[in-house]
Amino acid sequence: MQGFAAEFHSAISLILNGDAELWAIVLLSLKVSVFAVMIAALIGMPVGAALAVARFPGRRVMIVLMNALMGLPPVVVGLLVYLMLSRSGPLGVLELLYTPTAMIIAQVVLVTPIVSALTRQVVEMLAEEYSEQLRSLGVSRLASVPVLLWDARLALVTALLAGFGRAIAEVGAVIIVGGNINHVTRVMTTTIALETSKGNLAMALALGAILIGIAVAVNAMVSTLSLRAEREGLRHA
Amino acid sequence: MIRNFIRAALVSLGFFAGPLSAESPFIVVQSTTSTQNSGLLDYILPGFEAETGIDVRVVAVGTGQAIRNAINGDGDVLLVHAKPAEEQFVADGWGVERLDVMYNDFILVGPKSDPANVKGEMDIVAALTAVSEAEAPFASRGDDSGTHKAEMRHWDASGVDPTDASGKWYRETGSGMGATLNVASGMEAYALTDRGTWQSFGNKGNLEVLVEGDPRLYNQYGVILVNPAKHPRVRAAAGQRFIEWLTGPDGQAAIASYKLDGEQLFFPNAD
Repeated sequence: MQGFAAEFHSAISLILNGDAELWAIVLLSLKVSVFAVMIAALIGMPVGAALAVARFPGRRVMIVLMNALMGLPPVVVGLLVYLMLSRSGPLGVLELLYTPTAMIIAQVVLVTPIVSALTRQVVEMLAEEYSEQLRSLGVSRLASVPVLLWDARLALVTALLAGFGRAIAEVGAVIIVGGNINHVTRVMTTTIALETSKGNLAMALALGAILIGIAVAVNAMVSTLSLRAEREGLRHA
Repeated sequence: MIRNFIRAALVSLGFFAGPLSAESPFIVVQSTTSTQNSGLLDYILPGFEAETGIDVRVVAVGTGQAIRNAINGDGDVLLVHAKPAEEQFVADGWGVERLDVMYNDFILVGPKSDPANVKGEMDIVAALTAVSEAEAPFASRGDDSGTHKAEMRHWDASGVDPTDASGKWYRETGSGMGATLNVASGMEAYALTDRGTWQSFGNKGNLEVLVEGDPRLYNQYGVILVNPAKHPRVRAAAGQRFIEWLTGPDGQAAIASYKLDGEQLFFPNAD
């Protein structure tokens, strides 16, 4: 195991010395996942909030379904997106397979249920709290959605972070629809899978350490931002 | 906060538009993990890309999956190693023509303790029979890849059906060559591998080469242009150019000059 420690050390120093190729991979990972989370937020938050306040038959069933979809297996999502984007699939003319866009699509499918399910939960609690106020103002249920989303914004950041965590860490979907093509669709997780398959376990672990470091950095940044926003909010109140 | 969010969104949009719109011509090659993991493609492709300006995007999966992806039209060129399946691919009209590119060989690796006592055996079929009689752990790809197809041919010849012992001494990993070698290394199992992947594999542990040199372990690679008559969006001209380069003097010389630890891994043999 001593050889392994030395190998791990050299892999880490390779990374810290700013290997350009490696940082391009890190950057692509961030781009793809940040983009996917933004799109998932645009879809998932209104849907989750609407489900929280609207009353219609089948609502419970939809909520159960949405919660279950949080556990979608990434490989299955990858396969479905592959079948859609393949040249012999319905969206083949778009020529999106094996591009970063395909990876974003797959991650949006994975992340949207997480964002909408968590949004639903947060907004439902808030709506109960505000129900009398909103009723006295004569605001309809659906019209209250933007207000509720805005007031729940700090809690919703956590929903987005949960989605980001899922996106940046998953490998099953992006390796199928991205193809792990060098300089085009190779991201952190697919690089880790590749290095593992080459038997370069120390390198794979070192890359894993970087991935965790990025996750910590993103979470720290967001929590600092939301703390500051919260303080400012209190000052204005 | 919202304004910052929108600003961040726009910045990252710009980030994306750059690399996506300014695309140089490229082809997608469906190939096998052995050509990528051995480092061969990383070594020879820059030469072709510099000469032609065509970017080669390699999707490295098992031969079985590469062929299925090519049948779906998700690739312009197929570079794999399972001659019967390749000929079937062309016969069914999915490919234009199959050309030999290069060869290397398969080897049987296993633990240094060698419980089946096959070290130095020249006959791969006898070696596999001995492994089955000793019920020594054997890690198989189990994924319909070129290497898996080759392994099954040798089991067939031995008259042993190892899948009867599936989950006992015969372990089907259902994964790539490297992942299977990791399993073999971890449980001190025997495994059939191509020499290229083995040579460049970094986690050999207690494994070593036990059987090599049987002519039946010969491993031929072929290249095929995906048929544009079946999939009109195939980048036929660029793909054809790549095939001509790979089977021509420049590509063949590049293959021959790739060495790992001073040893040549692939031997060009295009006509």
